[in-house]
Amino acid sequence: MELVYTPQQNAFRAEVRQWLADNVPDQPLQSFDTREGFEQHRQWEQTLARGNWGMVTWPEAYGGRGCNLIEWLIFEEEYYRAQAPLRVNQNGIFLLGPTLMEYGSDAQKARFISKMASGEEMWAQGWSEPGAGSDMAAIRSKAIREGDEYVINGQKIWSTRAVFADWVFCIFRTDPDSSRHKGLSFIFVPLDAEGVTVRPIEQLNGLPGFAEIFFDNVRVPVFNRLGAEGEGWNIAMSTAGFERGLMLRSPARFQQSAKLLLQLYRQKRNDILDLSIEDSVVRCYMDAEAYALSTYQTASRLMSGGSIGPESSCNKIFWSELDLQIFTTAMSLLGARAELLPEAEDASDDLGNWLDGFLFAQSGPIYAGTNEIQRNIIAERMLGMPRK
Amino acid sequence: MEFTFSDDQRVYQQSLAAMLAKEVAPETIRGRWSTASGFDPGSWQQLVDMGLTAMLIPEDLGGLGLNEVDFVLLAEECGKVALPEPLVDSALVASQLLVDLVRCNSDFASRGTELLQQVAAGTVQVAAGHMINPYLNFAAEADWLLLGHGEEVHLVARDQLQLQAQKSLDPSRRLYRVAWTPSAASRLVDGQQGAQLWRIALNRGALGCAAQLLGLAQAMLQQAVKYSSDREQFGRAIGSNQAVKHLLADCAVRIEFAKAVVYRAAYTTSVGPARADCAVSHAKVAAADAALLCARNCTQVHGAMGYTWECDLHIWAKRSWALDKAWGDNGFHKNRIHEWLLNPRALLGAEYTFGASNRAFDISTEPLTAETSS
Ligand SMILES: Cc1cc2nc3c(=O)[nH]c(=O)nc-3n(C[C@H](O)[C@H](O)[C@H](O)COP(=O)(O)OP(=O)(O)OC[C@H]3O[C@@H](n4cnc5c(N)ncnc54)[C@H](O)[C@@H]3O)c2cc1C
Repeated sequence: MELVYTPQQNAFRAEVRQWLADNVPDQPLQSFDTREGFEQHRQWEQTLARGNWGMVTWPEAYGGRGCNLIEWLIFEEEYYRAQAPLRVNQNGIFLLGPTLMEYGSDAQKARFISKMASGEEMWAQGWSEPGAGSDMAAIRSKAIREGDEYVINGQKIWSTRAVFADWVFCIFRTDPDSSRHKGLSFIFVPLDAEGVTVRPIEQLNGLPGFAEIFFDNVRVPVFNRLGAEGEGWNIAMSTAGFERGLMLRSPARFQQSAKLLLQLYRQKRNDILDLSIEDSVVRCYMDAEAYALSTYQTASRLMSGGSIGPESSCNKIFWSELDLQIFTTAMSLLGARAELLPEAEDASDDLGNWLDGFLFAQSGPIYAGTNEIQRNIIAERMLGMPRK
Repeated sequence: MEFTFSDDQRVYQQSLAAMLAKEVAPETIRGRWSTASGFDPGSWQQLVDMGLTAMLIPEDLGGLGLNEVDFVLLAEECGKVALPEPLVDSALVASQLLVDLVRCNSDFASRGTELLQQVAAGTVQVAAGHMINPYLNFAAEADWLLLGHGEEVHLVARDQLQLQAQKSLDPSRRLYRVAWTPSAASRLVDGQQGAQLWRIALNRGALGCAAQLLGLAQAMLQQAVKYSSDREQFGRAIGSNQAVKHLLADCAVRIEFAKAVVYRAAYTTSVGPARADCAVSHAKVAAADAALLCARNCTQVHGAMGYTWECDLHIWAKRSWALDKAWGDNGFHKNRIHEWLLNPRALLGAEYTFGASNRAFDISTEPLTAETSS
């Protein structure tokens, strides 16, 4: 064990910091759940890609820098420290990208990865269905093979930013006689294909952050299938757990929030009457740090050839509950003004940002596998407790 | 000792509940969101017709002469439907403050009595802007406003104010920052008298908030119970999973142990509003805790559906988040209790649950000299 960054790692940090200082927009972008904001964020992704900063862990051939996981964590730390725009491209680069690298054919990689990395093609994820939420194996939407095409019929729901995205990666039932985890395949659909209808769904803040997608005899080439037919479930599961901790929700995000919370606490400290707030601010900071430490340990283990164990299911619970605590504590610090929307005249400073974050934090324990489901997984697979 | 509501009180509660169920459905609340005022005169008139604007006004001033214990269940019902109109603040705080002003300023007695009659009849609306609330909900609907200048109480006509709208996360709330110029003509009482009146007003406001939060909590829980019984995953109702059951059972426990606390606060406020600080603060904290837990857990039980604008749950959740911080936030109220508990003269122990005998509930933060001299 040696908990010290190497000179190369320090140099890398300095380089990232400098680049971000030179490039992060001065004005915050609009929300990426609006059309305008989405396009602003797409432009930012393009800026990142031009500097080869879009996805530093990817090979250079795909616009990355071949960084290892420690460097990835450093990049993220600098990214959040600079308060750079949120990653509108996250479904592509964090979820689909790594899966494509692992399961895609060379032709598929050539076709999809660079455009994903450059922000030219934005991706949505289409797994959930009205009848298949926690129970994803209940997927009913079908993709039936006809020659070198699949004909798709059915419905997906809760697809984040599908309203504005260009492509969606889905799981469909390719074997109509199959049930549960079998007979599912992983298939890409362009959202402007004939027969695709996207209905926006407004989230708690009133913005169309996710969507329902209807497929009515939509035809896509067999080329758009990732991995073998019938392997959809395994592909979806193999990378999801790992990526969602380390990639989608790296610790820097929470460490930055905890630090901002601490700043807010410093400003308001003299007006605080509630002793539990003090406790909560300290706990948030400690928990964010604990998440970072655990992630560094996992990254180190992976780099020396180890693998992710079932304990990774703990991540999802830890960060989503931490996020709730950070923003709930901020609301307490803001008191009666906490309810002001960002556009309210008196919502000066970052009042509205805290409220936005508070609303979004409500969804953390729900998306990416609800916390109840995660607790079941921890109890059964990590602790080995009896199943029903 | 008898800790129950009378049949009359329950009947009144039920008839209000029946009226609100018809008048204030989620669709009609959503309808109000897109109107300029957010206020529905028709619903308001129904509340007036049921006597709600008159009930707390004493009979000699033209009202029905009922008290906070009679009102608390009604405020809870207003919470259950997430009533947007500011009935609770208006009936419990503003008109009661007017009554107090009539009693303590003889020059204002006839003007005040006339106003109260109009308030009771529903022809005039009065709102009270307490310094603990940075914004005044539905200020634009009020004809007259009771406002503080320091601790003085002033009565100001709406057209004498500048109102600056401030959007709330709860689209049913219509908050305004109020700017105005005090004058000798608008002043009803000086700061010394005013201080006591504002303190009482705060207790009534926080009590009203607590009762509404209790109602909000129960309504959310009811929706989540229904949803988790209807929604199926893995071939069975999601509510059949212990993890889901326990989320909602925890809500039920919180609600149960907020109820009696809120009702005790109503009683205490009715017999001695100036001595009700601790009882009210306890109620506000307990009811807010219950509502916040329900907002969280009931959203969770709804899955992604609970994170949408379409699902009605957020009507209640957002009101809960707002009312949690209205009329004194959690910190303010816990601190009032904290101070009393550390007060050497605090009446602590089981025998003081209801205060000192034959007196209004006695745990008050009134100046200690008052305690010593009695
Ligand atoms: C902000 C947000 C973004 C999302 N983005 C996407 C996206 O881009 N693409 C996509 O495909 N999906 C997306 N989702 C959907 C997400 O994956 C689902 O919400 C999640 O899987 C839960 O499914 P559900 O909403 O149908 O809830 P349900 O499965 O109906 O669950 C409802 C409640 O029941 C509980 N429950 C269900 N089964 C059990 C059980 N066996 N044991 C214990 N408790 C149980 C759940 O924990 C939850 O509390 C998103 C969701 C949110 C909130």
